Amino acid sequence: MTKSGARAKCEISITVNRKLETVHVYAMERLLDVLRHELGLTGTKEGCGEGECGSCSVLIDGVLVNSCLIPVLQTKGAKIVTIEGLASSGPLEALQQSFLDCGGAQCGICTPGMILAAHHLLSKNPQPTLEEIREGLSGNLCRCTGYTQILEAVAEAARRGATT
Amino acid sequence: MKNAPIVGTSVPRMEGRDKVTGHTCYVDDLVLPGMLYGATVRSRIARGKIKKFTFDTGIDWNEFAIVGPRDIPGKNCIALMEDDQPCLADGMVNHPEEALLLLAHADRHLLPKAVEGVSVEYDALPAIFTMEESEAQSHIIWGRDNTFKSYRIEKGDVDAVWQGADHIVEGEYTTGAQEQLYIENNGMIAAFDPRQGLTVWGSLQCPYYVHKALMKLFGLSADRVRVVQMETGGAFGGKEEYPSMIAAHAALLAMKAGKPVKIIYDRMEDMAATTKRHPSRTRHRTGVSKDGKILGGEIDFTIDGGAYKTLSPVVLSRGAIHAGGPYYWPSVLIRAKAVATNAPPHGAFRGFGAPQSLFALERHMDRIAQVVGLSPVEIRRRNLLKPGQTTTTGQTVTEQIDLGKLLNRALELSDYQSKKEQFAIENQQGARKKGMGIAAFLHGAGFTGSGERFLGSVVGVEASADGRLRILVSSTEFGQGTNTVLCQIAAQALGIRYEDMSIAQPDTDQVPNSGPTVASRTVMVVGKLVQSAALGIKETLAASGMLGDSYSPDEFRSACLAYVRKHGKFRCLAQFEQPEGIVWDEETYRGSAYAAFAWAVYIAEVTVDLTTYQVTVDDFVALQEIGKVLHPVLAKGQIIGGVAQGIGFALYEKVIWEQGRMQNGQMTNYIMPTSADLPTIRVYFEELGNIHGAYGAKGIGELPMDGPAPAIVNAVEDALHVPFHAIPLLPEDIFAALSESAAPERVAGSARGNE
Repeated sequence: MTKSGARAKCEISITVNRKLETVHVYAMERLLDVLRHELGLTGTKEGCGEGECGSCSVLIDGVLVNSCLIPVLQTKGAKIVTIEGLASSGPLEALQQSFLDCGGAQCGICTPGMILAAHHLLSKNPQPTLEEIREGLSGNLCRCTGYTQILEAVAEAARRGATT
Repeated sequence: MKNAPIVGTSVPRMEGRDKVTGHTCYVDDLVLPGMLYGATVRSRIARGKIKKFTFDTGIDWNEFAIVGPRDIPGKNCIALMEDDQPCLADGMVNHPEEALLLLAHADRHLLPKAVEGVSVEYDALPAIFTMEESEAQSHIIWGRDNTFKSYRIEKGDVDAVWQGADHIVEGEYTTGAQEQLYIENNGMIAAFDPRQGLTVWGSLQCPYYVHKALMKLFGLSADRVRVVQMETGGAFGGKEEYPSMIAAHAALLAMKAGKPVKIIYDRMEDMAATTKRHPSRTRHRTGVSKDGKILGGEIDFTIDGGAYKTLSPVVLSRGAIHAGGPYYWPSVLIRAKAVATNAPPHGAFRGFGAPQSLFALERHMDRIAQVVGLSPVEIRRRNLLKPGQTTTTGQTVTEQIDLGKLLNRALELSDYQSKKEQFAIENQQGARKKGMGIAAFLHGAGFTGSGERFLGSVVGVEASADGRLRILVSSTEFGQGTNTVLCQIAAQALGIRYEDMSIAQPDTDQVPNSGPTVASRTVMVVGKLVQSAALGIKETLAASGMLGDSYSPDEFRSACLAYVRKHGKFRCLAQFEQPEGIVWDEETYRGSAYAAFAWAVYIAEVTVDLTTYQVTVDDFVALQEIGKVLHPVLAKGQIIGGVAQGIGFALYEKVIWEQGRMQNGQMTNYIMPTSADLPTIRVYFEELGNIHGAYGAKGIGELPMDGPAPAIVNAVEDALHVPFHAIPLLPEDIFAALSESAAPERVAGSARGNE
């Protein structure tokens, strides 16, 4: 459940997926809830609400964060990327395609966060080793796949030269 | 014209694109106009009488919809097997977290405080928290003897075994509760319209289970209850029975408020209140000859069902039937019992009783090996079932399975022998001890015994207005690949393109009842019916002269279009019929328990670090015979995912109980494996085929859950030469056992010679 620290709502401007948005929200509202409820970006998922599972992962100014732990006030003026900021219609990005090809998505609930974590990893390290992929995704839990096919998907995207 | 095969290839997942772009709509992504949010007031105690509710005067309760048991129009129960579980406790609570009252409000931020604002006074009654207390019957908390169900499976004459046995080997093995831990928490939305009736949308496995429960709770006819499955973010059995409860709660609030109501559990509520894998205790007493042949044995299998019956009898049944594993028992007596405790009811979780009883058996096989003086490989090889022999229920193995060959291949793939020799040398020094462990097992596909006959599943295939075909089933997708594989089967049956297939969203107003999505039955049973229904479409087109013997996919589509234009709706149904030769006696528990078994040998390689006492799985070989592999990528994904859950079951996942309540209901303190904790899981298939399944398929969903835990604990014993009989096996358990074994060597169990 959301814990709204401040009573009064305020206006905050953030750039989400390259679009400037102004939201009227409680300052301490979780970024996760603002994305989902105010902006209708429901691709960001809640799994645990305490920063363990990584389903709510987004990028803030290029840094991978759990949006369930970030009060929206803290993102004032920031550039945020959610799963909707990757390919949405038309051809998929290499990473999304490799998740499809390799079986990296089963139930799909961890997938947006997992893809953003992988996107972040490849942006820092375009040719990671298997161990680096394991480490890079270890903040994102998946209960379906046992991870092997996710690791394969990321390695495959790197091979295909995923540009991030 | 010969078409390229579709079955056996890794076509793109039907709903995959939406999943990788974030467009998939799960229940929490759905918002209805005017929707309220619902929350549940729950019991804080394990057992007692409810005396009084007090509402905090600092809250304006007029703003809330409040529902209690008096608001239930029909019978206050969650209809499943027996109607013993109330939807809302009425006067008496039987477990912590039992639902007492329901609240709804438009502002979801106000709900947690409102739930806290309801105080409950109880007259506490003595409660029971262990199987042993339940069996002792110091307090009767359910029925006449705290027993939900018991079974007896008897083959041969066990009493005659002991006299001639060279060794009698005894052991007791226990497994803990395990949380399914789907990443999408449970959730449901309900809307009530006095004329049209009730509609619920939710995260669930079995639309018609929810449908049945709501009909009884509201006293509504079938046509006035509609259940729609939203995309479901993982289930693993955990969304088999409890979604009926949440749907009931959302529906009661929606009726009271006159507005749609959404209930989404947070993680802690989901972990504490919903079902988990049944804790178990298995006792073995086995008579063995000096050359390592099992002569017979007694197996006592007991599970903790929690406070209400729910599905415990069925979990118990599967656990009991699998208790003898893939071995030949000339004589056996299996006594199985599900007992009541004052914990939230335990329920379905992948494997459904079999991971529990097979953990015990495969640990016990290693113990027998030690007593007889054979290797773990040899004891298994000498007892593996062969074609023509019978299982513990007297089912003859009719397929030409060669389990010895399966075992050999697994040994080769894992480099078992040379690693054993290498570790024996390396383990003599250093703080990192390595070991190898084996588990051989089987898993029955589909409902047990006459289950499929009673279900009488129906599926449909229809031609849409655009000439594409649509599959109509209540079988749900929750990651396993239902949508994809059923569409492959239909496309293959008709010689059309996979892309020309679609599958309807499971909606009880739209799809027939193809049964619940459980028991590794979807591909084998429902898939076969989809194949028949699809062929029905082709036969109808041919009979009407619209389709020739040979046709292209485009010609097929044109024929469908022409038929729809001429006759309107075009739909073919197929219903399950029990195959001949599958005979089961529910009274004696004798006969063909399953239409098919999948078979497997798993081998784990582990390291135990004697500085941290942590066990790491370094390599894992999963070899199985699952009939035909219809989709290699999905099949492999099922196996790896199941093995990962099995590794969690063995080494990580421990539910801490206090007074029947889970104390560690967070992902911070209930630990499942991360990508950094698991090895690359190596998956291999043998494909014998299966006459009962679509294109030779058997079920595979549950199988991979059965083997990892015993293989790993056997490997830990191999590394340390200290036996462990309970899982989860955490570092502190290993530390404690090693500290103890530093004292004079204990006798491992109570093995004794019988001379």
